[in-house]
Amino acid sequence: MERALTGFVRALRAAGAEASPGEVIDAALALELVGYADRGLMQTALATALAKSEAEKAIHDRVFEQYFAPPAVASSDQTDGATQDAAGEPAEAPARTGLSDVDALMALAAGGDPRQGGQAGNPALRLALSRAAQQVGLDDIRFQSQINYFSQRMLETLGIAALEARLLQRLGQADQAQRGASGAQTGAEGSITAEINALQAARSELQRQAAAYANQRYEIFGQAATEAFLTEVVVTRRFNQQGRLAPADMERMSAAVRRMAKRLAAKHSRRQRIRQHGQLDMRRTLRANAGHDGVPFNLHFKYKRRDKPRIVAICDVSGSVAPTVRFLLLFLYALQGVVSDLRSFAFSNQLRDVGAPLESLPFEAALQQIIDEVGGGSTDYGQAFIDLHQRHFDCIDRRTTVLILGDGRSNYADPQLHVFAELAQRAKRVVWLCTEPPGRWGSGDSCMLQYRPLCSHVSYCASAADLERVIDEALEAYA
Amino acid sequence: MNLGTPPAGLASIDAVTTALAGVGYISTPAISTAVYLAHHLRKPVLIEGPAGVGKTELAVSAARALGFALLRLQCYEGLDDSKALYEWKYGKQLLYTQILKEKIGQVVGAADSLQASFTKLAAFEDLFFSRDFLEARPLLQAMEQPGGSVLLIDEIDKSEEAFEALLLEVLADYQVTIPEIGTITAQVPPLVLLTSNNTRELGDALKRRCLHLHIGYPQPELERRVLQARVPQIADRLLVQLVAFVQALRLENIRKPPSMAEAVDWARTLLLLHAPALDETLVRDTLNVLLKRESDIAEVQGRLPLLLKTATADSAR
Repeated sequence: MERALTGFVRALRAAGAEASPGEVIDAALALELVGYADRGLMQTALATALAKSEAEKAIHDRVFEQYFAPPAVASSDQTDGATQDAAGEPAEAPARTGLSDVDALMALAAGGDPRQGGQAGNPALRLALSRAAQQVGLDDIRFQSQINYFSQRMLETLGIAALEARLLQRLGQADQAQRGASGAQTGAEGSITAEINALQAARSELQRQAAAYANQRYEIFGQAATEAFLTEVVVTRRFNQQGRLAPADMERMSAAVRRMAKRLAAKHSRRQRIRQHGQLDMRRTLRANAGHDGVPFNLHFKYKRRDKPRIVAICDVSGSVAPTVRFLLLFLYALQGVVSDLRSFAFSNQLRDVGAPLESLPFEAALQQIIDEVGGGSTDYGQAFIDLHQRHFDCIDRRTTVLILGDGRSNYADPQLHVFAELAQRAKRVVWLCTEPPGRWGSGDSCMLQYRPLCSHVSYCASAADLERVIDEALEAYA
Repeated sequence: MNLGTPPAGLASIDAVTTALAGVGYISTPAISTAVYLAHHLRKPVLIEGPAGVGKTELAVSAARALGFALLRLQCYEGLDDSKALYEWKYGKQLLYTQILKEKIGQVVGAADSLQASFTKLAAFEDLFFSRDFLEARPLLQAMEQPGGSVLLIDEIDKSEEAFEALLLEVLADYQVTIPEIGTITAQVPPLVLLTSNNTRELGDALKRRCLHLHIGYPQPELERRVLQARVPQIADRLLVQLVAFVQALRLENIRKPPSMAEAVDWARTLLLLHAPALDETLVRDTLNVLLKRESDIAEVQGRLPLLLKTATADSAR
């Protein structure tokens, strides 16, 4: 059972649930206590010892179902026929002990003991396959494309080479016999053909079962790793790269962004109160020690309450920036709870408060509505800042971080630097996330170089990973 | 590791369920398994879940069912070791110092050298930092229960990170180290239950030391049984309708869905009003027992007839 448990834990880790050696020991002890008889009980006990949050529990339940599922059996009518045919020959079963490798393999493929060949598949073959799998290190499988490689390696370990050699030899004989084509040899030719058929059936059966076994292991150990890898690729991918995100990647990205936001939320929500070292709170100390005749036994110190971050996000929603806007907003709205006060505005040539649709509608629908309503005009940064200054100036105070997302291309309109300077002066920080690389700032109608001196921070932001870094920095300023 | 003979209620998982049912706590296999493992592996259990699903109640019931003393430590921001572990009785120490001051002549009088009088005084100093002057707080009290105890550390997520670190020694080895006295080890390891509402992420070090139990909103069947245990006088027809309604309400778009505690309160309210079955005016008038937010009530008001209809239709089947 220890091997099953360690294998299970490895599968858990592959699926993204942490499990320390100490917890594995707990799990082993728990199993010893509850026994293995009741599957549901075993699952509960393992979950209690190994999974440490609701999310981990979900992973745990899924992996448990996969790992302790009956081994995969490749099934189709054709195999059943082949197995039955072969199993029908009684000559093979008794001779299993003293046989050559080839015959043993044939017996394995044929189902060994026909009495056990019921719905459990073929126990002898199962066992042989799992031994072979262990030998070739099948549990290290990571990618789907490795399934064929591993099943081939398993078959080699089982000794399929001998079977294939025999098959080749017999095929050669059959060929010769055909070429000879004399009527006297028909009996021998018939037996050779029968053997060829049996060998071929055994070979394909072994291949199919090995592939099914490898596939099941891939689902347990590899799939999560592949998924993690693909997510990593998508997160570091540039938003404005050629070609749109595939729907699957889009989903991965959304999930990844939510996860990142959760991570940031956990990181920044921990401390709300900071002890100011050594600063005595005299009033509380005196009051607490009145009972001791004023002798200060219990000391009380002053605390500083941390400001909760306030963020005003201003997003350019013209075509070139749209994909980044989508994830910035997704990110910010996933951060609610950490950010006490979040206002979001979108503009192309006019600024609109988009907080209401984002809060009331499902995210995708809200985004679509915003882009339909606000997008489409020719971008005018100057006008956007004037609008903000005139209508929403009160939402910016000395605790606000202003996040501006855009490429800074204003179609040669007046950038209204003095308005922007006034905004920047009033806010705690102004962070500009530019979707263009620094080399192109200031070229053509780009006003980045004019705005840059007025911002606290300007950074090139073109992937979800960049977004995380920048928002992390913005929140860090409140620590 | 000799635990002595465990109480009958801890002999098996089924025994845990039976013992808890005996004091009116309807347990699930997951809950019973966690309690059983906690005792036999000597591990604390971290219980998570929404407010009002019976996390604290589990500790209270376990203590009653097993005949253990219950020690409860309510966590809050600013909780420190002097409130959780132990504290010196300053007042008493001060008083004794005053007495000593007056008697110092008598005590030191017989000694003829400074060295001798110093030795005599040193003996008194030890006296001040002895068990007589030690005020035990819940964690230390739990270690000192001779008959075993249930230690409930409630809403651990409300405390600060530093407090988690303080708990590590207590939870890993069931011992408390007091520099002036030494290490006090529990005679009988207490059954430790921590609850958390997840208002902040707990530290990994603490999580990894605990078994984990998540209690969610109950299934209809379980909820009926719990209500029957808690409000035995309730009529069957009303009970079925009530559970169906509350279950449906949890699926609505509301900020704080009603949990087990609210359902029990509501059942008591309806019983008090002698309601034979649910009807719209009754539900509208008593909705504030179930929903604690004005916005939630407003959200549901419009959809009440529909919700009620489905709930009563379900129960008719």
